[in-house]
Amino acid sequence: MEKVLTFELSPNDGPVMIDRYIADGGYAALDKAIGMDSGEITALVDQSGLRGRGGAGFPTGFKWKAMPDPDTCSHPRYILCNFDEMEPGTFKDKYLALNNPHVILEGLIIAAKAVQADIGYIFLRGEYKKVRKVLEEAIAEIRKKGLLERSKLGFDFELHIHMSAGRYMCGEETALINALEGKRANPRSKPPYPQQCGLFGKPTLVQNVETLANIPAIVRNGTDWFKSQAKHKNGGTKLYGVSGRVKTPGCWELPMGSTLREVIYEHGGGMQDGYEFAAALPGGASTMFMGPDHLDTPLDFDTLKEHGLSMGTGTVIVLDDKTCPVAATANLAKFYARESCGWCTPCREGLPWVHALLVDIEEGRGVNGDYEELVKQIEMIGPNTYCAFAAGASFPILSALMMFEDVFKEHIRLGRCTYRLEKQAAGR
Amino acid sequence: MLTKEEKNKIAEEMSHMPSAQASIIDALNIVQDAHGHVSDEDMKELADFMQVSISELESVATFYNLVFRKDPGEHVISVCDSISCFVCGSDEVMQTFAEKLDIRPGETTKDKKITLLPTVCLGYCEKAPAISVDGEIITNVSPEKAREILKDLTGGGS
Repeated sequence: MEKVLTFELSPNDGPVMIDRYIADGGYAALDKAIGMDSGEITALVDQSGLRGRGGAGFPTGFKWKAMPDPDTCSHPRYILCNFDEMEPGTFKDKYLALNNPHVILEGLIIAAKAVQADIGYIFLRGEYKKVRKVLEEAIAEIRKKGLLERSKLGFDFELHIHMSAGRYMCGEETALINALEGKRANPRSKPPYPQQCGLFGKPTLVQNVETLANIPAIVRNGTDWFKSQAKHKNGGTKLYGVSGRVKTPGCWELPMGSTLREVIYEHGGGMQDGYEFAAALPGGASTMFMGPDHLDTPLDFDTLKEHGLSMGTGTVIVLDDKTCPVAATANLAKFYARESCGWCTPCREGLPWVHALLVDIEEGRGVNGDYEELVKQIEMIGPNTYCAFAAGASFPILSALMMFEDVFKEHIRLGRCTYRLEKQAAGR
Repeated sequence: MLTKEEKNKIAEEMSHMPSAQASIIDALNIVQDAHGHVSDEDMKELADFMQVSISELESVATFYNLVFRKDPGEHVISVCDSISCFVCGSDEVMQTFAEKLDIRPGETTKDKKITLLPTVCLGYCEKAPAISVDGEIITNVSPEKAREILKDLTGGGS
């Protein structure tokens, strides 16, 4: 496998800036794309089977093909790079930008050419100040080299960075559009899809950072090569990461379809001394817990879907045996209750309620029937809202309720948290 | 009071947006960067300058986590309490800050020196627990490290 996203970098090398990027073959794909027809680029990406890396795994080519014919629709057309990355446990896009910012920009410009966008925005989360600095420097470099000029590209293209003021909701593509319009980041109902009616009512493509970063290699090496990089299905390389009580948490570019065992034990160095693996969320908080029986399941979109699971962002969060699953679930619920945009009643009112019930159980105030009530509430909240936020909230909570049913019921029966007592006894 | 420099920056942001409203978040960021928060007076002035209504500004300002409508302390400590940091002991870090400062998360010390906030995932999960002090990220924070950070902020006191 070729590391086309991160090259062969170690996290301490500092970002690859333009001279080295070009020396390593960077912007050759842009040159090639400039000589291609927009439709050809879109067809190539479509045939590669590239799936969106932001979490949902939606086919990228399908999104591009949905952009209307530029001759019959109004301009400007927008391309938005979703760099919100507020999914708990997710840090892959930050890692990529701090190491190889130009691969993102090259992908963005090629995508702009393919969908004939006039203006691009990088929607960056407010806390990523270091990332902003690196991206601003990289953009200044390509401007200096004339890579954003009409004479080079054959079309006019404006590129801006927007710093978000912080809210998890902004990662949802229609909420992101509202945020860019200077509004509250509530989601919009679909249809119309952003391709038809997006930013300021114009055709808009929203794409995750890592998705765009995959484009240059696809243009350079073709679709067969891209598919051959994966171990199993879905094609390409993937940025996998791991956090939690592992020895060497981090982020690595691995073949798509790598397993939890490889990510946690081979690259993450295994569990810290004194901690055992209990379960893991495979890709950020909005995914379902996977137990030890799934350590060898390939982590790709289609395989996990076949197992009734989801891939999410590919950044694994490990739950160890010393952390109470009830407390961890309450923590997840707190996040969603706090970050819900409040647009839909089940999500706004239901999630704080679920959180309170989980805290009650954790602190020994649970009563018989609470477990069943939680399941009922979560099943009610998940599907009955505008956007995928509530469904995302329901995945980890419901899967924890299923996987750790005994632990939840023991908390209720005993009226206390057994993990906490063990922790105190061990002096941790 | 908005300075000329802030107004110039806001005007620059507005120049590449098709509507005034679209620059509200940038404008709030600019004012907050300069003053640490967005005061009622600045909201009024901003509304006048941008030609948007105060209620529109307020609806946006109150939605986003990083816009402060109240004056925080001299330093703002935000402790990530999302899942990766939680698993790695962020509760103990938050508890250490709260005990040492004698305030609860969300409050400011009486001398207006430090505001302590819980925050959502900062994106530094590989180096959990992570906190942000005045916008600078500090990683792998232990209770001991938290005490040292406080010492540095309060000039060796406490």
